[in-house]
Amino acid sequence: MPLEPATLAPPSDASRDYLWTLNFGPQHPATHTTLRLILKLEGERVVGATPDIGYLHSGFEKIGEKLDYNQYVTVTDRMNYISPMANNVAWHHAVETLMGITPTSRCQYLRVIICELARISDHLLSVGAMGLDVGAFTFFLYGFYQREKIYDIFESLCGARFTNSYTRVGGVMHDITPVTIEKIREFLRDFPRTLADMERLLNRNRIFVDRTKGVGVLTKEQAISRSASGPVARASGVPRDLRRDEPYLAYGDFDFQVCCATAGDCFARYYVRLAEIRESLKIVQQALENLPAGPVNVGIDERAVLPDKQQVYQTIEGTITHFELLMWNRGFEVPHDECYAATEAPNGELGFYLVGDGSHVAYRARCRPPSFIHFALFPHLIHGHTLSDVVAVLGSLNIIAAELDR
Amino acid sequence: MNRPHEVAQAILSRCQGATTSSFRDQCRVQVPAEHLLDVLRYVKQEAGFDLLVDITCVDYLHYRDATERFGVVYLLARTESAERLTLRVMLSEPQLELPSAVPLWEGANWMEREVYDMFGISFQGHPDLRRILMPEAFTAHPLRKDYPLQGRGERHNFPVLTRAEA
Repeated sequence: MPLEPATLAPPSDASRDYLWTLNFGPQHPATHTTLRLILKLEGERVVGATPDIGYLHSGFEKIGEKLDYNQYVTVTDRMNYISPMANNVAWHHAVETLMGITPTSRCQYLRVIICELARISDHLLSVGAMGLDVGAFTFFLYGFYQREKIYDIFESLCGARFTNSYTRVGGVMHDITPVTIEKIREFLRDFPRTLADMERLLNRNRIFVDRTKGVGVLTKEQAISRSASGPVARASGVPRDLRRDEPYLAYGDFDFQVCCATAGDCFARYYVRLAEIRESLKIVQQALENLPAGPVNVGIDERAVLPDKQQVYQTIEGTITHFELLMWNRGFEVPHDECYAATEAPNGELGFYLVGDGSHVAYRARCRPPSFIHFALFPHLIHGHTLSDVVAVLGSLNIIAAELDR
Repeated sequence: MNRPHEVAQAILSRCQGATTSSFRDQCRVQVPAEHLLDVLRYVKQEAGFDLLVDITCVDYLHYRDATERFGVVYLLARTESAERLTLRVMLSEPQLELPSAVPLWEGANWMEREVYDMFGISFQGHPDLRRILMPEAFTAHPLRKDYPLQGRGERHNFPVLTRAEA
């Protein structure tokens, strides 16, 4: 039975029954994904919003109790599908934390590069779609053209444009090739011009600024109390960035700024995202030029990555590792314990709470999705603003329903 | 500087029956359900763990050496110094009730709704404890270990709505 909007909206007292109830979504061009809002309107002003989610719930956490630590990476692709690489890295970062494996430094640098490219891609879509929703169509196309370049890089890196599934426990699918490195260099060379164009298009655009400044203000206290993270929290003046605060992978080696704003409105969130793109470019540049030589996967002693064929055929350790990893009753060595590991995904803190039970499948694979936490902010942010601001606030939060509902 | 461990020791001295453990440099404290709200208030207001990162739950039905069924996990962090602390409360049927953390953190609202939806643990004092991901008419709690991965609750179990009925 589809739910009636009236049952979801908070009951209004008799004196306020002149309020309009408006059903927004789940299929609406400006929600971008399947999410639904029940809005209570007083004229054009939103006085109450009730999000109704779950339309895209596909039981990802339940599937995590069925697929093994390498197979599940395909599911993480489908969580935040506009930056799947960042999800892959987040998942295997958590798995490696649980198993106590440290990836090789080449692998760490490689993961940093793909994470930051994914962040650029995610931010381009997020600010682009926000611009589109408030009427800046050119800006959106500029962003999407550059996202296409990043997809090309990922395609040459791992063969898939969209659902990459690039990482593995203890390593990555295969090493980066000179062709890909050249493609990334080309992107680093060309992209700053487009970024400068994009900044010039909207940063001081009267219409855009009027539509976003002072809209959907999240104060610093509220951001902390409501568990915001990532660009949303940083736009409200919470200087928290896991890349700097808990330097996972190789983030400690790079020089970059944590971008913050204090206004906490839609414009600040847009601005922080654009500024972060510049910082990400700096990180990619540094990581690419200092990419360490050496193996990309951990060695056979860790018993996590399948050894190459030469090792399998010519060394006894290689043969044993190969058998151990492939036999159904062996697989990974996982401690009988639980841990939480988080990464700074483009959208905020993306963490996995993993419970290992000694088998090659997680006993529980909880995902801490930033979109879920941020969508809970929405009724608070939209209160008192007009109906046309709904899309601006939604766009600035960058809600991805696949990650929201999982 | 080892602040999470100091906080853990402080919790141990404040509340009877708490235990602490550590794994991969993560400090964890297990507290009895009746002390949960006191401990949460203490870690937020006095120890400065002001950010509630996540609330989740684990069903230990088939877990080796587990004595109680559910473990509700509170992941906390300090925004100032990037330290983390994990609190866990063990629960068994039929006492599946916990005090809500919404008075302390507004962000707990949806997290607790999700735990309620997926595991059936009810939070006392929650302003709006409804299912969040599953439909209202759903009766089971799908992330419990006794809920099968395939079969029950799938598409073919639901009535097909025709255009005339909708």
